[in-house]
Amino acid sequence: MRTRPAARAGQYAALLGYLVFLAFPLLWLLSTAFKSPRELGSLHPAWIPRHPTLANFRQAFDEQPLLHAALNSLLVALGAAVVAVLIATPMAYVMARHRSALSRAATGWVVVSQAFPFVLVIIPLFLLLKHLRLIDSLAGLVLVYVVWALPFALWMLVGHVRAVPEELEEAAAVDGAGRLRTLVSVTAPLLAPGIAATALFAFVTAWNEFFFALVLLKSPGRQTLPVVLTHFIGAEGVADLGPLAAAAFLATLPSLLVFALIQRRITGGLLEGAVKN
Amino acid sequence: MTAVAGARRPAARAATRDHGAWFLVLPALIPILLLSVGPLLYGIVLAFTDAQSGRTTATTWIGALNFRDLLHDTLFWESFRIGLVWAVGVTAPQFLLALGLALLLNQDLRLRRFARALAIVPWAMPEVVVGIMWRLVYNPDAGVLNETLRDLGLGGGRDWLSGLATALPAVIVVGVWAGMPQTTVALLAGLQNTPRELHEAAAVDGAGACRRFRAVTWPALRPVALAITALNLIWNLNSFALVYVLTSGGPGGKTRLPMLFAYEEAFRYGQFGYAAAMGCVLVAVVSVLLAVFLVGRLRGGEDA
Repeated sequence: MRTRPAARAGQYAALLGYLVFLAFPLLWLLSTAFKSPRELGSLHPAWIPRHPTLANFRQAFDEQPLLHAALNSLLVALGAAVVAVLIATPMAYVMARHRSALSRAATGWVVVSQAFPFVLVIIPLFLLLKHLRLIDSLAGLVLVYVVWALPFALWMLVGHVRAVPEELEEAAAVDGAGRLRTLVSVTAPLLAPGIAATALFAFVTAWNEFFFALVLLKSPGRQTLPVVLTHFIGAEGVADLGPLAAAAFLATLPSLLVFALIQRRITGGLLEGAVKN
Repeated sequence: MTAVAGARRPAARAATRDHGAWFLVLPALIPILLLSVGPLLYGIVLAFTDAQSGRTTATTWIGALNFRDLLHDTLFWESFRIGLVWAVGVTAPQFLLALGLALLLNQDLRLRRFARALAIVPWAMPEVVVGIMWRLVYNPDAGVLNETLRDLGLGGGRDWLSGLATALPAVIVVGVWAGMPQTTVALLAGLQNTPRELHEAAAVDGAGACRRFRAVTWPALRPVALAITALNLIWNLNSFALVYVLTSGGPGGKTRLPMLFAYEEAFRYGQFGYAAAMGCVLVAVVSVLLAVFLVGRLRGGEDA
């Protein structure tokens, strides 16, 4: 199909508009992170810092326990990712291979849980975790994140299991491999890339999460990165802009890196969920 | 297909398989029941009690009293109205913008890969960081928005996030920006599923771009569009972190979404029962949306 030059030009103009809209806040964050306090105070802020400095990063680490918070976030996100995948993979396998009432109910839960209002779930969760003495504990938060990551993890994994031909498993069974043996040595290796992508997705979800962390973690030493970031914004809403931007930029890097790795698979997973299922 | 394969197997084996299935499902099922389904039901029960945080006397059953109070709580209904304005105000432009972007990305343009990568970035970012970033953009003195307006000679700019008239629109723009990726990706996936031959045939028959969109693209895209719009509405009704970071519900409650309202009620004032009742009202609204989504999905399945 040929497109007329005028239409092509219009398309490029539109694309440029989108690029500007999508990119300018990101560039401004970056620019602010490298500006000196004096420049931030000036009446005409510039796009490119006149005297780029790392002072904001140093100050950010001095002001708030960023490293400690990052460690907390890392522990919680790793824990949630590993546990979520460990328990979701077998269940996804059953959901993909068995057409039972259980599978249907699980699929229903996956869809409906998208609509769970956190506010209705958080109060009972708070009471329950308090009862179990898991309030203000990273382990308690891991539990919550696991369940919270499960719907999308199941969604993705079911798609991946369906992509593994059932005939392969049947062939292994004919060759005398037991059920567990078949799962471990035939299905699991083929699923590995999908499982890895799912784990990374769960990692990002947990790393980025704010609401549950805000409610469930109270002592400053246990708070995760997003919660600590909000401490940069003072009670009055006045923030030290430079360090705030620097810390926000650093907190985003892990998510961006992981997301870059799994981008294709995530979009594929969403596609299967939205269109084919 | 699975049913046929299952029928071929002897019944005895099917039975052992089912035992195996339970064994495989339990590790996920128990946490789901305990930490997701259970709390949801418990939350609904709480809405009918006078539960409060840190209280020593026993919680008692008070029937629909919370709901009756809620009915007369003008602050809550104001918050509910703001929540609806926010949800629709974000979802509608988001859909149109994402549709435009998806159509562009589906074309053979230069910069396509770059634009695609950039379009996904907001999805990867922590919501708190998105909020912080836009606070920097909207900052009255050091923000790029006011600076640009000054450069263009459009006045001295304003304090966007604390102006009574501008706070909600300003927050909605951030919501649109933050939610673009999922919508764009879903729509792009839908577009790539539309039959290319049909498109070309229509072009050969002399159908213009508009006509082709209406006759070929849209019918194929409709199920995806409906699904993602319903999900967006639900996600936006449930959103919390963005607005919490941007305005904390201010100025004067102008951006106090129902989630923020209920959060304050529960964890600042300790009114667990009352906050749970608010949650129930939100569930009711969301359920209706979800029903629309599911019906649309089923119908989409028939079309396909």
